[in-house]
Amino acid sequence: MFPSSFDYVRASSVSEAISILNNEEDAKLIAGGHSLLPLMKLRLANPSKLVDIGRIGDLSYIADRGDHVAIGALTRHAAIESSDVVKASVPMLAYVASLVGDPSVRHRGTLGGSVSHGDGASDLPAAILALDATLVVTSASGVREVAAKDFFKGFLETDLNQGEVLTEIKVPKATGGWSYQKFNRRAQDWAIVGVAAVRNGSTKISLVNMASMPIRAEAVESALSGGASIEEAAALASEGIEPPSDLNASADYRRHLASVLVRRALVEASSN
Amino acid sequence: MEVTMTVNGAKVSKDVEPRTLLVHFVRDNLGLTGTNVGCDTSSCGACTVHVNGESVKSCTMLAVQADGQEITTIEGMAQANGEMHPMQKAFQENHGLQCGYCTPGMVMAATSLLKENPHPTEQEVRNGLEGNLCRCTGYHNIVKAVLAAADGMAEV
Repeated sequence: MFPSSFDYVRASSVSEAISILNNEEDAKLIAGGHSLLPLMKLRLANPSKLVDIGRIGDLSYIADRGDHVAIGALTRHAAIESSDVVKASVPMLAYVASLVGDPSVRHRGTLGGSVSHGDGASDLPAAILALDATLVVTSASGVREVAAKDFFKGFLETDLNQGEVLTEIKVPKATGGWSYQKFNRRAQDWAIVGVAAVRNGSTKISLVNMASMPIRAEAVESALSGGASIEEAAALASEGIEPPSDLNASADYRRHLASVLVRRALVEASSN
Repeated sequence: MEVTMTVNGAKVSKDVEPRTLLVHFVRDNLGLTGTNVGCDTSSCGACTVHVNGESVKSCTMLAVQADGQEITTIEGMAQANGEMHPMQKAFQENHGLQCGYCTPGMVMAATSLLKENPHPTEQEVRNGLEGNLCRCTGYHNIVKAVLAAADGMAEV
């Protein structure tokens, strides 16, 4: 399967990438390409031009910044899963990175790419959401910061506008209890349902593949902060949520899975 | 557009469309047909090659993205005198294949795995090869081969 034809240009800096994006409406960024190329091969995405930012070396880093870890958008999953800084300060993120695809995929895929793609079935966007990360977005008019909670807007839709580049992900340190439950039937598959739980002051829960985008289980979170037990809170896992039905699971089965996995996640996050 | 890269130690330049996938570049433009196309959706690993020493699924990378990089395919694993790479020998000695379709990708993924983790446990080998599907062997002899290669190899 070939993508349809497009022009290709390699940008050597973020500002060069931004100016190309601003001059061509249908231009799209590519880094590792492991979210975008599959879409292009299926002809679900047909950009007129690919702007390759994969070689911009200064966007690949992991830095301890006191209360948070700053991760350059081009940092690959393989680097995150093996980073001592991430393992020590945000252990859930290292673990979730190690569950993405398989080792060869993780050699290419980048955190910024996965988050910008914003797939509701993807592991890392949901992890970022439960961790209350802040996303640093650069454009011709400067830099702005968006809370992960406000970043995911809909099916493969984020707060990024044309001409904007996600350049850094700031992840608050989270060394309290955590759990990531990924339910799938075969190795390397996407989660049928996944749950991220982080206890960092309050307890934050996000859900994978329960909606068109990664979402927080707000009913569970507010029940917990109101003093509900794990069992009571987990029963609310799909409250107000309309999960999709597909070949892997019906919506009802997903609701059932969500409750079971939220309960498991809360039990595990309470014990580590 | 013109791309130049080092493939199995030799510099190559070709004029390709930007949409040319790396796997088609090595197979069709360079005639290196040892790298197979299986699922074409980055699931099965039949197309695994090394890019700068790391395993990559070449069906999900553009040839233009590999411009200026070092690529190794299964044809580049044996020595110039034809002596097989220790991983290839281990697959042969442990009968780590039946039909052989997944084998080039398996060998490339397994050597990349040992580079990152020279002495893996059996479970680590199984996890490390999760992106490479074999429909014949049930994986048992593949895992045996990789463990044998890890034992026997001074360096990969």
